[in-house]
Amino acid sequence: MKLENHVSLEFPSCSSNEGFARTAAACFAAQLDPTLEEINDVKTAVSEAVTNAIVHAYPDTLGKIVMKLRIREDHSLEIVVRDWGVGIADVEQARTPLFTTGSEERSGMGFTIMESFMDSLKVRSAPGKGTTVTMRRKIARRVGR
Amino acid sequence: MPVAFTEEERRLTAAVSGELDHHGAKAVMEELDRRIDQALPRQLTLDLGGLTFTDSSGIAVLLRAWRRMSQAGGGMRVVNTPAQADKVFRAAGLGRIIRFE
Repeated sequence: MKLENHVSLEFPSCSSNEGFARTAAACFAAQLDPTLEEINDVKTAVSEAVTNAIVHAYPDTLGKIVMKLRIREDHSLEIVVRDWGVGIADVEQARTPLFTTGSEERSGMGFTIMESFMDSLKVRSAPGKGTTVTMRRKIARRVGR
Repeated sequence: MPVAFTEEERRLTAAVSGELDHHGAKAVMEELDRRIDQALPRQLTLDLGGLTFTDSSGIAVLLRAWRRMSQAGGGMRVVNTPAQADKVFRAAGLGRIIRFE
């Protein structure tokens, strides 16, 4: 039996939506019966991706962020965070640990955290074209619960 | 994102509770800066026992406090780090710079 579900959430790039995005992703992932650690990994990765969009995509203005969550046949969760903002000129450089174009409040570890906590991470971006971050995390099937 | 401070003979303890993300990080940093400048402690203890969530913003907060204390000639340690926060800090190799107990 195919188990597939998906949801799409659209919200403006306000920092108060960081917590909302984390909780929404955790709620949606609950149907996979994840462990606490798996849920926390998902929340953390979502927090990084959404925060990046909020901090960088739309300087001096508010813009649209879309988060899509999908449960795939192999019991994995796919998370896509997309914006239509300024985009990243050099994605490879952006993914280097400690690199940040932000102020001193930023650690430059966002992508590193996403890579550590997710099974896969794909970043597509171009200046003026926005950014799409796609992450996948397999959730273990638990027996006899 | 409340921070509760206790001070005793130039030993400052900051107990952080709730979620520490980008949305709340700036306020926490400013509060820590202010209290460190005010108390000029020899030792800062960050008690993370009440921290329910953090991400790389938490890394930035810790690093900033550590730099501030180093500049002031004092030491810093982090205690009671919950599992989720610990995983984030380990992914950044923060233990090589900051003392976790």
